[in-house]
Amino acid sequence: MLMIKDLINPANFNLLVSQVSDVLVGALDQPLGYAINWGRIWSLWPVHLETACCSVEFGATSSPRYDCERFGIIEAFGSLRQCDLIVVQGTVTRKMAPRLRMVYDQMADPKYVIAMGACSITGGLYIDSYNVLPGIDGIIPVDVYVPGCPPRPETLIQGCMLLQEKIKRSKIK
Amino acid sequence: MTDINNDINQTTSNLNIVEPDLKIEHSLYSQLSSEFKDKVRLVYTKPNRIKISVEPEHIIEVAFFLKNQLGLDHAESVGGTDYPDENVIEVIYHLNSYSREELAPIILALSTKTDRNSSYLPSLLPVFKSVEYHERETYEMLGVYFQGHPRNERFLLPEDWADIPPLKKEFRIKGR
Amino acid sequence: MTNKYSESLDSKFKETTNLGLEVVKEASEDRLMKLSVGPQHPGSGHFRFTIKVDGDYIVYCDPDPGYVHRGEEKMCEYRNYIQNIPHLERPVIHDSTNITYSYSLAVEELLGIEVPRRGQFIRAIASELNRQVYTLYWLAIYGIFLGHSTMFMWPTGDRELFIDLLAALTGARVTHAFNIPGGVRNDIPEGFKEKCLEYIKYFEKRLKEYEDIFYNNPLFRQRTENVGILPKQDAIDLGVTGSVLRASGIPHDVRKVEPYDVYNEIDFKVQYMKTCDSFARAYVPFLDMRESCNITRQLLEKMPESGEVRVKLQSNPKGRIGEAYKRVESGRGALSYYIVSDGSSKPYRVKISVGSFRNILALPHLLVGSRLGDMPSIYWALNYWPVEADR
Repeated sequence: MLMIKDLINPANFNLLVSQVSDVLVGALDQPLGYAINWGRIWSLWPVHLETACCSVEFGATSSPRYDCERFGIIEAFGSLRQCDLIVVQGTVTRKMAPRLRMVYDQMADPKYVIAMGACSITGGLYIDSYNVLPGIDGIIPVDVYVPGCPPRPETLIQGCMLLQEKIKRSKIK
Repeated sequence: MTDINNDINQTTSNLNIVEPDLKIEHSLYSQLSSEFKDKVRLVYTKPNRIKISVEPEHIIEVAFFLKNQLGLDHAESVGGTDYPDENVIEVIYHLNSYSREELAPIILALSTKTDRNSSYLPSLLPVFKSVEYHERETYEMLGVYFQGHPRNERFLLPEDWADIPPLKKEFRIKGR
Repeated sequence: MTNKYSESLDSKFKETTNLGLEVVKEASEDRLMKLSVGPQHPGSGHFRFTIKVDGDYIVYCDPDPGYVHRGEEKMCEYRNYIQNIPHLERPVIHDSTNITYSYSLAVEELLGIEVPRRGQFIRAIASELNRQVYTLYWLAIYGIFLGHSTMFMWPTGDRELFIDLLAALTGARVTHAFNIPGGVRNDIPEGFKEKCLEYIKYFEKRLKEYEDIFYNNPLFRQRTENVGILPKQDAIDLGVTGSVLRASGIPHDVRKVEPYDVYNEIDFKVQYMKTCDSFARAYVPFLDMRESCNITRQLLEKMPESGEVRVKLQSNPKGRIGEAYKRVESGRGALSYYIVSDGSSKPYRVKISVGSFRNILALPHLLVGSRLGDMPSIYWALNYWPVEADR
């Protein structure tokens, strides 16, 4: 008890109370849901689907310098039946779009989508190209948009953390 | 604007321009012209670059000669250019040599022209294996049908592409 | 479908019928299974090929690229010479200096300008550093393809050093837009030379460790040696380029055979091997990295201390009527641009001829007749980057 007393001071009191209340409200309100969401946050398995050049920065995100595994996002994985996250890495062309939807449909629920890079958000640099879709919203529902051309690895990690925050606050079905 | 132009003139005048030695390029063309006379037309020679133009009906024999006698053994790139004003599509094969060392820096551009509305050309696949995918790409991008090529079909474009070939000049991209 | 495997099966059937047994022979088509590999698969995505297997042997292969075809060549016709640079480097963002290098050379020929000497050196330095970045990424993916996860972590970690250098030089991690017609965007920053030499010294030490842990690894050698033989004559006929060509015993490097900018003042050897297999194709880029360290050091030594790095251009330069064909040696081989100008400020036609598109022609040639398990080591050793091939 002495330790907790030491930790609390007027500067961080509000923060601590809000965090404790978050935990308590969540745990008391829907104890099972909280536990399930907590489990989902720390084991996000991304599908290994590369759609364009942002995949280079996606590769750099799991490199030793950025190491996204410490945030609970595990390296890209081959089997999409075991995955629950799809990071759309860049431009989606008209030839790739049906395949992207097919990959998304085959994933098991719950599934989350991160749109990485300007091309997958709006079409980006290739907005006037004849073979590029202006954003992937028309094909699959997007949870988090990560801007940049390409986004820095830090930005992608931040996007993943935003997604974790979103999962934490969402209701389970 | 004027002072920028002066700058450019100054920098170019400072260069010590050496007259380029075009011995190999000219010898290539003289061998070609002694074999084919006026079937082969020289378009230009630059350092390490030579462009010749032939009619479609002679292109295969010229290509065989280039490969077997002169040693230009593969194509680096095959591309087409659309000229709506002259109503032609020009197809260019950029040939290079790996087997003859002295020809390695030379790029010989073998160009031929076909009608824009009914574009048919003989395929150079029997001569150069390396043009296989390049010709397929030219077929779908410009609509030039290569006679003798086994697969004049989709390569890069989506399977359901129903528009005109995209590199034709009348194909306008959206918003432009 | 006549390959060695089915012939040996036929002879086996003959033997059994001689014994007096009645054997129902299945049709050769029944034995074949069609597989579709990609565009979602554990290795590098955005590329699909269909194969037919007879048991464990691949008897048919048909590449199906185009999943990242973005119409670069058409877009070029709507932008002027300077505006074209940012989107032209996107096909290989981890080798972006080299893909804009030959574009700049071709446009310079059309505009009739010459780059100042210091600018030429900075270009070559950026190009060599970017070659390292590209090859390290390629090596990392090759490691993950063969299940060697140390070889993913080490190159991606060391790659960040060169990315740091390039970020200090150009201001961006991977998309530099550094080479422009007329020179480079800016001069090198203070202390760059010392930092660069220090990193190269460290990296050369690391290269030895790579060799020990990856290239001398018996498992890696078993999976790549004598796999996917591409004989010299076939390599010439198929017109492959870059490391694939040099692994088949042809010492062809554009930096040597047709030196551009300052490469004729640099003393270096063209690295090549004569074993023609997947191991050679994996080892030649490694030797290139070592040679590239040597080239960078010489470039830093010979660079003039001060001077202009770019020519002043008009705001909207107009090319002379004519055409230009220029090529450079990129991480994947010869990378050339064919640009036709009609005298306006926009190119009339741009044709990009890339190493990946030329090398992929060798894939059906190598896969047919090999075993299914050798597919990853053959495919990625071709030094193929799908986004670049599709353009």
